[in-house]
Amino acid sequence: MSEPVVESLASESGWQRFRRDRAAVWSGWFLVTITAVCFLSPLIAPYPYMAQDLAHSAEAPSFAHWLGTDLLGRDVLSRLLQGGMISLCVGLIATAVALVVGICYGVLAAEVGGRAEDALMRFVDIVSTLPLTLIVILCTVVFGQNMPMIFLAVGGVSWLTMARIIRNQTRELKASQFVQAAESLGQSRWGIFSRHYLPNLAGTIAVCATLTVPGVMLLEAFVSFLGLGVKAPMTSWGLMIKEGADIMEECPWLLISPSVVFALTLLSLNFLGDGLRDAFDPRSSRK
Amino acid sequence: MAYVLRRLLEMIPVLLIVVAATFFLAHAVPGGPFDKDRPLPAEVKARLEQYYGLDQPLPVQLGNYVVNLAQGDLGPSIKYPGWSVREVIGSRIGVSASLGLVSLLLAVLIGVPVGVLAASRPNSWLDRVPMGFTLVGICVPSFVLGPILALIFSLGLGWLPPCGWGSAIHFVLPACTLGLITAAPLARLTRGSLMEVRSLDYVRTARAKGVPPLRVWFVHALRNALLPVVTYLGPAAAGLVSGSFVIESLFDVPGMGRLFVTAIINRDVMLILGTTVVYAVALLFLNLAADLANAALNPKVARSR
Repeated sequence: MSEPVVESLASESGWQRFRRDRAAVWSGWFLVTITAVCFLSPLIAPYPYMAQDLAHSAEAPSFAHWLGTDLLGRDVLSRLLQGGMISLCVGLIATAVALVVGICYGVLAAEVGGRAEDALMRFVDIVSTLPLTLIVILCTVVFGQNMPMIFLAVGGVSWLTMARIIRNQTRELKASQFVQAAESLGQSRWGIFSRHYLPNLAGTIAVCATLTVPGVMLLEAFVSFLGLGVKAPMTSWGLMIKEGADIMEECPWLLISPSVVFALTLLSLNFLGDGLRDAFDPRSSRK
Repeated sequence: MAYVLRRLLEMIPVLLIVVAATFFLAHAVPGGPFDKDRPLPAEVKARLEQYYGLDQPLPVQLGNYVVNLAQGDLGPSIKYPGWSVREVIGSRIGVSASLGLVSLLLAVLIGVPVGVLAASRPNSWLDRVPMGFTLVGICVPSFVLGPILALIFSLGLGWLPPCGWGSAIHFVLPACTLGLITAAPLARLTRGSLMEVRSLDYVRTARAKGVPPLRVWFVHALRNALLPVVTYLGPAAAGLVSGSFVIESLFDVPGMGRLFVTAIINRDVMLILGTTVVYAVALLFLNLAADLANAALNPKVARSR
């Protein structure tokens, strides 16, 4: 999913290093496939995801319904694809929100420097120890369970790590000679940000984003699992897992397929993120 | 000592912000605690709101709440008439605290040794197999692991009760689920940190001057390597809190997590605030404890204060 982006940013050797990491490459392909399939689901799903067929409710997997049907006779495969679309959407958009906030906050902290910087970073330290899941749950209840609010609430608590990493990187860049040269030549702060900081931060940002997506998707799944996230008739993987867990004794297939797909997606995202970090992050400490 | 005092003082503004944010969010939740299927008569509702102080302007309510909070009073519960929030939480907190502590203990007792073992023979099967499992542990959310464990050990093998609360045996499944999920990142962190430390000069020096290998490993390397692990315990505790929401509803455990979720569904503003405050205080103290433990392990940190 994020491969094309990285390709254009990265040096040749980093890209070659990445290609040698088989787990990361396979994860990348898996993610591309699952994203494509989920987003094409309105076209390729065998049944409409909300079509009920009570005559065929709670059937085990068969040729007509590859992954079985749920209690209302809805096709599990079609729902899995639609739920995947929602889960991936939350993952991508909420990460984008976290990215924007994290970059702005991190760069700002590094730019102002001094005591203000210390205060800003201490704030991040303190906030990251708070029970943020509670706040996300409250937000989704307050602002209704609509999708944009879920994106914002989930993204709004996921930027802290990002801000920390960006700030450390920016501080190093700020002290580097080429930035000081640009400063002494009279380039504006915005020019330095867009011409020097952003291109140099791009690799870090790509890695950070890939590793934020799984956390964000987990958070959405948590909220949906508690019945406070995505609302019926729409579904998400978290919601499907909850519905499956409720009746796992009678219909285990309702639990198994969403759980497996969800876990595989998170696993791939982690592999991909680790692979990108090893390939593109010079400071990577993994050996 | 001055450091501890400063950290304690620092908690006060943090708590105030948490209270204010939660307060306005909780009051913005559409629907009130007295909205039922059959609407109450207007004057009854007005009397009730007056009794609970809900008729006053929000800033005044917030001020009253903070003043009461400073005296340890969390206010009356709205959905449990005659009970104070303190009593309601008091009746549940033991369950959640014991579950959380046992899970955390389990996570440390599993995670750290597994990490040490993996780092002692890097890239052997002793490293690959457990690290593969930890990756699974990171990606399988608690609400998937929980049902799977229940499926195997209670429905399949019949060894453990699938849900409920009361005796020690009910502890096993929820604590194992939470503990295993938390152990996975701990093991990876321990391994990574040990791998880094053992290539440092002072470890080589210790080995060169003839310190027994096990002593180098446990006394010289591990003490330093555990620093990031101890620091991680704070965020891990926060993870346990959100995990407990799911685990408690999954295994039917009467704890704080379920209390919070029902409080939201019931629009019980006082109870929402109370649980959030208790969680925030608990996490702030856990983080302080982790930082103090860090200082005890690392004289450099202790001196810099």
